[in-house]
Amino acid sequence: MKRYFSRKILVYILTFLLAVTIDWMIPRFMPGDPVDVLMARAGSFAEASELMHDYYTGVFGLDVPVWQQYLNFWKALFQGDLGISVYVFPRPVTQVILDAVPFDILLLVPSILLSWFAGNHFGAFAARSKRLDNTILPLGYILTATPYMWLAMVLAWALGIVFNIFPISGGYSYAMTPSLSWAFIWSFLQHWFLPFISLFLVGFGGWAIGMRNMIIYELEADYSHYLEALGAPRKLVRKYAFNNAILPQITGLALQLGVIVAGAVVTEVVFSYPGIGYLILQAVNTRDYFLLQGCFLFIILGVLIANFAIDVAYVLVDPRTRIGMQGETT
Amino acid sequence: MITFLKKNEILYFAIRNNKLKIGLSVLIFFILLTLVGPLLTDYSPMEYIGPPSAPPSSEYWFGTTTFGQDVFSQFIHGLKASFLVGIIGGGIGTLLGVLVGFVAGYRGGMIDEILNMVTNIVLVIPTLAVLLIIVAYLEVRGIFAESVFIGLTSWPWAARAIRAQTFSLRSRDFVDLARLTGMKPLKIIFSEIAPNMMSYLLLVFILQFGGAILVAATLDFIGLGPTNAMSLGLMMNNAVLWGALLLGFWWWFIPPGIAITAIVGSLYITNVGLDEVFNPKLREM
Amino acid sequence: MSLQVENLRVYYQTLHGDVKALDGATFALADGEIMGLAGESGCGKTTLGYSLIRLNARMRYVEGHVRLDGSELPIWDSEKMNDFRFKEVSIVPQYAMSAMNPTRKIGKMISELLSSRKVSYKTTRPELKRRLDLVGLSHDVLDMYPIELSGGMKQRMVMVLSTLLDPSLLIADEITSALDVSSQKAVAEMLVEFRNREIVKSMIVITHDISILYQIADTIMIMYAGQLAEKAPTDTIIHNAWHPYTKLLISSLPKVGVKYSENKLEGIPGKPPMLLNPPKGCRFRDRCEVAFEKCLEEPPFLELEKDHYVACWRVSDQYA
Repeated sequence: MKRYFSRKILVYILTFLLAVTIDWMIPRFMPGDPVDVLMARAGSFAEASELMHDYYTGVFGLDVPVWQQYLNFWKALFQGDLGISVYVFPRPVTQVILDAVPFDILLLVPSILLSWFAGNHFGAFAARSKRLDNTILPLGYILTATPYMWLAMVLAWALGIVFNIFPISGGYSYAMTPSLSWAFIWSFLQHWFLPFISLFLVGFGGWAIGMRNMIIYELEADYSHYLEALGAPRKLVRKYAFNNAILPQITGLALQLGVIVAGAVVTEVVFSYPGIGYLILQAVNTRDYFLLQGCFLFIILGVLIANFAIDVAYVLVDPRTRIGMQGETT
Repeated sequence: MITFLKKNEILYFAIRNNKLKIGLSVLIFFILLTLVGPLLTDYSPMEYIGPPSAPPSSEYWFGTTTFGQDVFSQFIHGLKASFLVGIIGGGIGTLLGVLVGFVAGYRGGMIDEILNMVTNIVLVIPTLAVLLIIVAYLEVRGIFAESVFIGLTSWPWAARAIRAQTFSLRSRDFVDLARLTGMKPLKIIFSEIAPNMMSYLLLVFILQFGGAILVAATLDFIGLGPTNAMSLGLMMNNAVLWGALLLGFWWWFIPPGIAITAIVGSLYITNVGLDEVFNPKLREM
Repeated sequence: MSLQVENLRVYYQTLHGDVKALDGATFALADGEIMGLAGESGCGKTTLGYSLIRLNARMRYVEGHVRLDGSELPIWDSEKMNDFRFKEVSIVPQYAMSAMNPTRKIGKMISELLSSRKVSYKTTRPELKRRLDLVGLSHDVLDMYPIELSGGMKQRMVMVLSTLLDPSLLIADEITSALDVSSQKAVAEMLVEFRNREIVKSMIVITHDISILYQIADTIMIMYAGQLAEKAPTDTIIHNAWHPYTKLLISSLPKVGVKYSENKLEGIPGKPPMLLNPPKGCRFRDRCEVAFEKCLEEPPFLELEKDHYVACWRVSDQYA
């Protein structure tokens, strides 16, 4: 057990180190001086430009040797200081991101979990009969092939504009400020529904397809045949097949996190939903590199934590890994 | 004819497989459209040629954009871009995947451990985020650059799959036999293992192809795609940017999405069909 | 009579047509009889074994009747057949190593299986423990996962499970093929013990290893190319076989102490026929030394001596 987890944690730490390093490296090693880029935005005005130049250089910490910049970056990171946002100057990046995090959590967690559960059950259901399979399978493939943002756009246009049921931009009504009132919660839910449903549908298709394939594999396994030979009813055989087929789907969830994050980003862009994805778009458009880097670090942290949680869950659920590891410690 | 087909088993099953037929037909349709399309339209994608925001008509098959550009022309050029990214990006991803996966699977031991760790690290990092950072700093980018980036970040999945397949092939008896007879390792790879991997590599490439198209669409949509070419994702980006949703200009954003869904979907279905053709156990009776 | 099989035909469906894997089997098993079912690979013995309990998707019932303890087994109807599975007819599969659900504790799986078959686990539990003692397994295995058991333990566990409800007929499909010699002995002796204690009434032991059958079987039935060749008490088959194929089969077994220089090991030249389009008449005709014109007609499986059945014109001509 210890060895397995220490291995995993090593990978996570290395990944985090690498990610932070990439994050730090890229603006400094890409063609073009990030300060110049920022300057180009600000326009030119001889004296002001020199002040601005010095300011930005200082803010970027570019006036010290490279290795020191690297260390400074880490230091600031541990202090929770991700710099100052240019896009919403002078608010600190950390604060901007933390404001967006609750919206993301409320959007991503339900859509990931629900699409995973629903998709897996549906896929298992499809494996029951040939006819069901032939109708559900193409549906699943089409859903999983649909680009996230396009589904979001179609839903926004169809349900938001044409049928005018849902609002299509913002996380809540622009007339309100966030509070714990029923009016706000209702407005939030209205704005939340379309982004949620669009993330849900695409994910659902993928899981359904995966589970269907896994169930078929399990139904053809030796233990299934033995149970059938002993007269076990279909329900029992299917139940065992489901429990075994779900295990690779758990690992699959961990692998898909990167894709889901990407999907969430574009969905938020379509709906101007105030999550980290939306911030990324704003950061790109306004050349706010601090914000961009901050978002990236947040995303990677979130993905690492989620991965770890899934790894723990997997060990708890699959007796084979547990037993295998107990063998190691004795 | 039937007897010839029955002799060449793969072809026989290929012709009878519905999924393969449907998937390939859709794909071929779009490929033809890409090749023939430029001849069907008189306008170049960025030209301002007509009335702004016009719905589809006999003159402008897919209508026009807010600026009076021909949506159909943009669509055709976007298709070309998508296929290019798919082939190059998917190709690079598959190549890297083969390199890493095969070496890890064939050599095993320490090399496998190290490559595994590298693969896991790259797998965990959400590649979109990395691409965002990298691409955001490059002012001018082309389709080729985008494809290369996508290839460089999408190989871990392929590496994993190929490594698993190499493992299972490596321990097969015929490889052991070859080794026992003193065949040089390189020769073993090329004459014993490679032929059995070919069909698998094709399947992996198809999935990489589809994946690359989707990732490219996402990048283009955020505005981090090629700066010098039209693409389907960029069309959707522009559509949202210029209020096509609010103003109901459905002809601007519906076609590009349908195209991507259809192409990627048919790639997936072709993949399933091919898998059934190659693997006798999956064939339906 | 415990088991009666009459003209059973089961074919495999393939793209190229039906493979006549089991083409007309008629035989009977008495109460308490352990019958060995032997023959080359592809002779149809596994098909026969499985057709008595569960036809898989590729198998197609063509015709024939099976009667167990007087009542007809509806082998063509998988649902109706379910009432008999595990309770009247049971099987110990070849794949005992992977026969149990890897993610379920063994005891839990057994209790779920039993309740799904409307049998109370609580009342069966003491008997289950007695059986475990009988095969030498600790009661702790019920709390373990299959992965925690060794191969031999899994084999014994599967034997206990398959016979838990005291079936009238047990089919043992190549259960010794993957084991080493001492394990083979233990398993074979276990089978006999089960029969002696009347846990199982009669058994069909499918194997290609005749030496095991010599140890434990009361009768041996030899199959060739989907049809029955000979059935007789074990001693008769080993020392006094009539069918030319059986004779060649027995003589091709290596004997301890005999050296190659003294006595060359005879094989049987030729190959069994493809069962997609089997030859007319006796299927052994092409390899048989004593074949003559009558062999172009299919020989019936006749009882030419008490409990000694054979399908061969040569023999029936001599003894008729």
